[in-house]
Amino acid sequence: MSDAVAPASLAPRLTVNWRALTPLLLVAPLVLFLLVFYAFPVMAMLLRSVAEPTWTLSNYVALSGDSVFLHVFWTTLRTAIAVTAGCLLLGFPVALTLARPGRTASIALIVVLLPFWTSILVRSYAWMVLLGRHGLLNEALLTAGAIDRPLRILNTSIAVHIAMIHILLPYMILPIANVLRQIDPSLARAALGLGATPFRVFREIVLPLSMPGVAAGVLLVFVLSLGFYITPALVGGPRDMTVSMLIAQQVDQLNWPYAACLSTALLVVTLAIMALFQFAFGVGRALRVAER
Amino acid sequence: MPIGINGAVVSLWQLKKDFGQVGAVRDVSLEIGAGEFLTLLGPSGSGKSTTLMMVAGFETPTGGDIAIDGKSVIGVSPHRRNIGMVFQNYALFPHLTVAANIGFPLKQRGIGRAERDRMIKNTLDLVRLPGYGDRYPRQLSGGQQQRVALARAIVFNPRLLLMDEPLGALDKQLRESLQLEMRRLHADLSITFIYVTHDQEEALTMSDRIAVMNEGHIVQLGRPEDLYDRPCSRFVASFLGESNFLPGIVHGFQDDSLVIADCAGTMLRAVTPTGDGPEVGQKVVLTMRPERMKFANGVDSPNCNRMRARVTEAIFAGERCRYLLAAPDGTAMVLKEPSGAAVRRRAVGEMAEITWSAADTVVV
Repeated sequence: MSDAVAPASLAPRLTVNWRALTPLLLVAPLVLFLLVFYAFPVMAMLLRSVAEPTWTLSNYVALSGDSVFLHVFWTTLRTAIAVTAGCLLLGFPVALTLARPGRTASIALIVVLLPFWTSILVRSYAWMVLLGRHGLLNEALLTAGAIDRPLRILNTSIAVHIAMIHILLPYMILPIANVLRQIDPSLARAALGLGATPFRVFREIVLPLSMPGVAAGVLLVFVLSLGFYITPALVGGPRDMTVSMLIAQQVDQLNWPYAACLSTALLVVTLAIMALFQFAFGVGRALRVAER
Repeated sequence: MPIGINGAVVSLWQLKKDFGQVGAVRDVSLEIGAGEFLTLLGPSGSGKSTTLMMVAGFETPTGGDIAIDGKSVIGVSPHRRNIGMVFQNYALFPHLTVAANIGFPLKQRGIGRAERDRMIKNTLDLVRLPGYGDRYPRQLSGGQQQRVALARAIVFNPRLLLMDEPLGALDKQLRESLQLEMRRLHADLSITFIYVTHDQEEALTMSDRIAVMNEGHIVQLGRPEDLYDRPCSRFVASFLGESNFLPGIVHGFQDDSLVIADCAGTMLRAVTPTGDGPEVGQKVVLTMRPERMKFANGVDSPNCNRMRARVTEAIFAGERCRYLLAAPDGTAMVLKEPSGAAVRRRAVGEMAEITWSAADTVVV
């Protein structure tokens, strides 16, 4: 630095550094919006779980011993696990197809995205029509002579699993396909040229390199499953009540502290699972590796 | 290190590959000897990489045959061909360590852990990366990654090694040192190398023979010095090094071997690369290398061409001076003269007498 620069360098100190503030200003409207309409209500709700009727933890103590809650919570968890596993098994082969360049991939992408853009409510009703006692599935099976009496599928956990897997599949397929697409195709060629059978190329090269996508897909589907409401409410039976349904029921009965407690429990479990994924897979780090 | 030749003989016979309507490779026939270092040289889109991919098994030919050691490999899956291959972007497995990358082909062949570790260590020594086994590819420089890719391709003792522009992504200095190492490796392993590049200097430095490709054909095949001294076409002459081209008309012959051509009034003598000479009165193009031409110093040797030309530009480029000249008919020519304190620099606009050997003049 020469002395001649010194007087000029004093000037910026007196003015606001707009350049540095620009990113903050750009996100400010959204942050403000979320604070008012999201963060504040959530905090108020959390507060309610410990502040009513008086300052107490008794709501949580009651919850931990509540057999209804434990049953509902277990159902929710079991459903989320089954749906995630189903999405992974059905979605991975589709993701492989999407990752290959060509016509098939473009058509497959449309097939995956079309239902994705359709309302969950509409799709859940569609499943009611399909799976009902006199639904298309039963009628078809009866006509074909495969069954004598209509199968009871609607209002069972099977219906919940089928409908939720259908609705959540794109959340599994798209992240996996995205990571698969980023895998350098010459890696598979190199492995093949080095003597690996096509199956071993998949197991030793493609599968390990797709793990960041699998982790992202599993996390998305699992977390979304935990909070699912409309679909289990429409196609599930009374035994398939999920935490979100229980919350809605409690709100209907104006039992706000209990509903707030349930919400907090769901939030904590969800955050814990996300933290676990970050710890186990280091989603961010893994994604950087996949990009190379 | 193995003594003697243990490379494979590779024969390409009327090989063709069409991508839709486009013929990427059209009728390539070539016999590659055991232990030979053959380079496929050509501009992008000349079909050299496609030819290599067909040998590796990643592309299926639309016609013709490929035989390795006399056995056709058409229809043999790449993982059964036992060929080493180095890709331009190295294609190292990012989730595996250097040792696991090099051990990959050994693992596929069911070689036990202890033997594998021993072979990995030997190969790492061979490519001069001892102690790098525990690192990941992303922790290595481009040149080091290249060596790992090379190690992985030779660790299982293939009889044939294919390389697709392996040095393309490296800077000039690194490229030159790796060229020498590849030559050393080739001499040590004495296996057959097929090398693809668009870099003529690389091809000239390393190869036993070069097949120059253009538009899906081999346009010339030969040792580097043959190709450089006797290019058979204008394309080869300009793709391999720098060349001057002078149009002329055949005037006569000398001693049955030299063609005398009239180039805008100047009689020049030239050789024909193929032997079958042109006819009197036929239009021809003569080609000569800029560094084989010099300014005349009064001493005239037999069978030398002489011509007067005007200096249009003089460029000092370190080890040599580069002169742009205008021939009597206006054709632009280049002459390269080694620089030195005793060498008189020519001035722009000066008329100069230039001379070069008839043996360095080729009819194309």
